[in-house]
Amino acid sequence: MTSRYLFNRIGQALLVLWAAFTVSFVLLQAMPGDAILIKFQNPDLGLTPQQIAEIRAAYAADSPLWLQYVQTIGNFLSGNFGYSVQAGVPVSASLAAHLPVTLKLAAIGFLTAAILAVAIAFLSSLAPFAWLRSAIQSVPSLFISIPTFWLGIMLIQIFSFRLKLVPVINPGPWQEFILPVATLAVPISAPLAQVLVRNIDAVLTQPFITVARAKGATQGRVLWRHVAKNALLPTLTIAGVLFGELIAGAVVTETVFGLNGIGGLTERAVGTQDVAVLQAIVVLSAAAFVAINLIVDLLYPVLDPRLRTRSGATA
Amino acid sequence: MTFSADQGTPVLEVSDLKISYHGGERYHPVVHGVSFRVEPGEVVALVGESGSGKTTTAQSVIGLLPANGHVDRGTIRLNGTDISRWSDRQFDTIRGARISLVPQDPGSSLNPVKTIGAQVGEILEIHGEARGKELERRVLALLECVGLPDPELRARQYPHELSGGMRQRVLIAIAIALKPELIIADEPTSALDVTVQKRILDLIDELRAEYGTAVLLVTHDLGVAVDRADRLVVLQGGRVQEEGRASEVLAAPRSPYTRQLIADAPSLSRSAAWVTATARSSTGTAATDDVVVVEQLVQEFPRPTRGEAPFSAVDHVSFRVRRGTTHAIVGESGSGKTTTVRAVVGFQKPTSGKIEIDGTDLSTLGGETLRQFRRKIQLVYQNPYASLDPRQTIFEIVEEPLLNFGNLSRLERREKTLAILSRVGLPEALATRRAHALSGGQRQRVAIARALVLDPQVVVLDEAVSALDVTVQARILDLLDELQQDLGLTYLFVSHDLAVVRQIADTVSVLRGGRLVDEGPVAQVFDHPGSDYTRELISAIPGRKHPAFA
Repeated sequence: MTSRYLFNRIGQALLVLWAAFTVSFVLLQAMPGDAILIKFQNPDLGLTPQQIAEIRAAYAADSPLWLQYVQTIGNFLSGNFGYSVQAGVPVSASLAAHLPVTLKLAAIGFLTAAILAVAIAFLSSLAPFAWLRSAIQSVPSLFISIPTFWLGIMLIQIFSFRLKLVPVINPGPWQEFILPVATLAVPISAPLAQVLVRNIDAVLTQPFITVARAKGATQGRVLWRHVAKNALLPTLTIAGVLFGELIAGAVVTETVFGLNGIGGLTERAVGTQDVAVLQAIVVLSAAAFVAINLIVDLLYPVLDPRLRTRSGATA
Repeated sequence: MTFSADQGTPVLEVSDLKISYHGGERYHPVVHGVSFRVEPGEVVALVGESGSGKTTTAQSVIGLLPANGHVDRGTIRLNGTDISRWSDRQFDTIRGARISLVPQDPGSSLNPVKTIGAQVGEILEIHGEARGKELERRVLALLECVGLPDPELRARQYPHELSGGMRQRVLIAIAIALKPELIIADEPTSALDVTVQKRILDLIDELRAEYGTAVLLVTHDLGVAVDRADRLVVLQGGRVQEEGRASEVLAAPRSPYTRQLIADAPSLSRSAAWVTATARSSTGTAATDDVVVVEQLVQEFPRPTRGEAPFSAVDHVSFRVRRGTTHAIVGESGSGKTTTVRAVVGFQKPTSGKIEIDGTDLSTLGGETLRQFRRKIQLVYQNPYASLDPRQTIFEIVEEPLLNFGNLSRLERREKTLAILSRVGLPEALATRRAHALSGGQRQRVAIARALVLDPQVVVLDEAVSALDVTVQARILDLLDELQQDLGLTYLFVSHDLAVVRQIADTVSVLRGGRLVDEGPVAQVFDHPGSDYTRELISAIPGRKHPAFA
């Protein structure tokens, strides 16, 4: 891998980030109404239009759009994400308070999804009977068609209210994650498992599998030593793309389970048109997404020897 | 494990073997009561064309039949023990240790993400033969034994860093690692260049002589079988047609099918080919104009790293082809033969040099004139399975060029298409079928019909018969010959197979590493090769062990 390649990929990533920032900026500004009006036009506050105009000036909400754009981008670059109008605290403080919950949820959720997918895929190839195999292989299609919100509600109904396995009120610090993680992991594991099943089937037809069998390797050894890595490599890209799904899924999941993470924050910010908060969340999600995919791309040559060298030996 | 059979017990004794494939309700028998034996240290060749059941038979011996394959009847005795009903678990103990496999395609027979060393070492590890330093030492010894230069380096490399011939050596190292009693070599060289093929077969021979291992050689190439095997078992449609000592089968074939195979094998019918070639060059057409003129053709490609000199795929190659004759371009992979042809048909602008087709300088063409020029020169590709659109009917495939060129009416197009289909010997009933319903030979006839429907001057045949079985190949070569006589076509015949070239071509250019190393009339090049490389190519043609036929 040349340094030029690295440079190009990082450049592309920055370009994507900038595009995400600009598009979300334009869209958020195009929304009718704004957070300041929503908060301060409340008749209970009894503010005069004069006073509201002053507040708007204080937030620089009246300056021309291009100036706001330039200022915001400058602020973002220097790490200043602005002020949340609704909460009256810096956006960065708000993010810092909510991020750990979401990170924890996303990380455990993704890990669970990956384990689930690998388990489904490999169990189906080890299944001794055809009916069992097709039964296991139909699990992903089932998973993919379940809506997240419905799954969340059903899990609470069954495990918390009926079986009383997980308390709803005052759950422990890990207990409160059990059901949200399950809700999040199920729909993400499905496409991963489907791709993996197909990859395993494709690798199993390769001549090098026959050679491995001819060496006397058992079926389990072949699956573990020869199929696994070859089948998992192409899924890495899918996993990176699914990360976007994870962010979207987290919003719904946190709302259903009342978790106080970025999802919940997003939901409230949308309700009150807290533009600064939304802008920061969009850029943060885009950054996470771009970073994950950049890592996946840079990881490939490390994991796959074929991508390491360009020219083969001749003889 | 060392060879420990009692004298008299064959290493392998297959008797009355019946194998079928089950697909849902369907039951499809492919091997009908095959019997043969392999004595210790002997090489027995299972010869047959695709569909003869030779691969299925070989797979059953090592217990690697596809999941839907089933041994219905008969026995497979390995040193006297019947293994035909063994489970996978039982087979795991003898695979690699007592029977091993040299597979067909070295390109995909090694795990792309594991090092060569790990893959050779695996067989020792599985059977608990060695570990740690000892394992490493034995892997290196094995790699050295199969003639790989610099074993330490190779052990650390990955399969894609090795050439096809080197990979096949690695696979052979795996196969001999535990000195098995029997090696099954399933078309071990059909994916390799002819000179590499010879070296690999020599290697298998040497190792067999050294270890006393018996070899079951599965091949479609009678030339290879006759050269390398002590005895031949000729299979057709899942039945044994003939069995006997190789030299005896070749000298006095009893079954008509074997006779046909011998007659069709280009490498075994040199005398017949001679007549055609010499007759053709002497009678030759009266017209002496050169329809293809290539002068000082150079084709360079930039290298991935900047600053390095560009890679010359074709380096100052010149040749001329007289109208109505066949010119062969011969070379192994990487010789630049495909690049040359791509430039000749106008798919690629040459870096420098002149190409003239029927008086038209290719460099003056572009856009529409280039498109119109393509009527004059048509291509028939190597792989008849991949070069036909699976969704189109045969009629549509052959008609399509007519839609691209000219403004014939529907009726005229139909007439022309059907005429050309019957010209290449395809029954009209096939016109409405799709490619998947056709055999390999029929597909290649369709590809030829598609090329001829525009009445081209020149037809480029890019390895056009290499993927076909030998009897089918012979029929297609006959057809090409007939079409040339009748339509006055000029052929540019690209091939790695010298035996076929000797049969069909009038003149030949031998390429190596992008350079022209030999050229001239076929008879002259074969009789008095102008370079060592040509000599090496000629001596690598299988089927030369029996001079009576060479």
